[in-house]
Amino acid sequence: MNLTVNGKAASVAETATLSVNGLLDALNVAQKEYVTVEVNGDIVERELFSTTTVKDGDTVEFLYFMGGGAQ
Amino acid sequence: MLTIPEAIHRAVLEHARQGFPLEVCGILGGTDGCVKSHFPMTNTDASNEHFTMEPREQFSVVKALRAEGQEMVAIYHSHPESPARPSEEDIRLAFTPNVYHLIVSLLDREQPVAKAFSISDGVVEAAEITIAAG
Repeated sequence: MNLTVNGKAASVAETATLSVNGLLDALNVAQKEYVTVEVNGDIVERELFSTTTVKDGDTVEFLYFMGGGAQ
Repeated sequence: MLTIPEAIHRAVLEHARQGFPLEVCGILGGTDGCVKSHFPMTNTDASNEHFTMEPREQFSVVKALRAEGQEMVAIYHSHPESPARPSEEDIRLAFTPNVYHLIVSLLDREQPVAKAFSISDGVVEAAEITIAAG
């Protein structure tokens, strides 16, 4: 399956249904619980990572939570 | 080493000062540690002690940087009432790889201080900042 991930071409093993969770695993994304994902321009809610699937040709963006505090 | 044009450095300090007493946050883009662009971001926490960037804004900035052949060089935020050093929360939540963390302290609001750090796997290292003309 060929995707565009964070602006670059990426190829992952073809499966019948590849979830966002599965894609993050396939891409070896560390600390994926702190990642926000966008598929074809739409942000995927974290609770839907397991049920939202990606398909050949999709454009996926992910980035990490950015936050902190003064204390 | 993080190189910041003087105008952007001044704009970051002013952003922090204008946002007081709340924390402000933003992204600096560029290449190879040299800052070329500045994106003030929304602190969705609207807090004096915490910041969280808005994901849609983050995606928008990342795409804009990519279109310009730039990348995220640094994430900045202010500490309105504490020193310019990473808090435990800053260290724990520093997930984005290969970026500097620039912290602006407003302990002295007339003379804000910005310091840069690399934070990886809980290890903090101070980074030199060079202010470039421009």
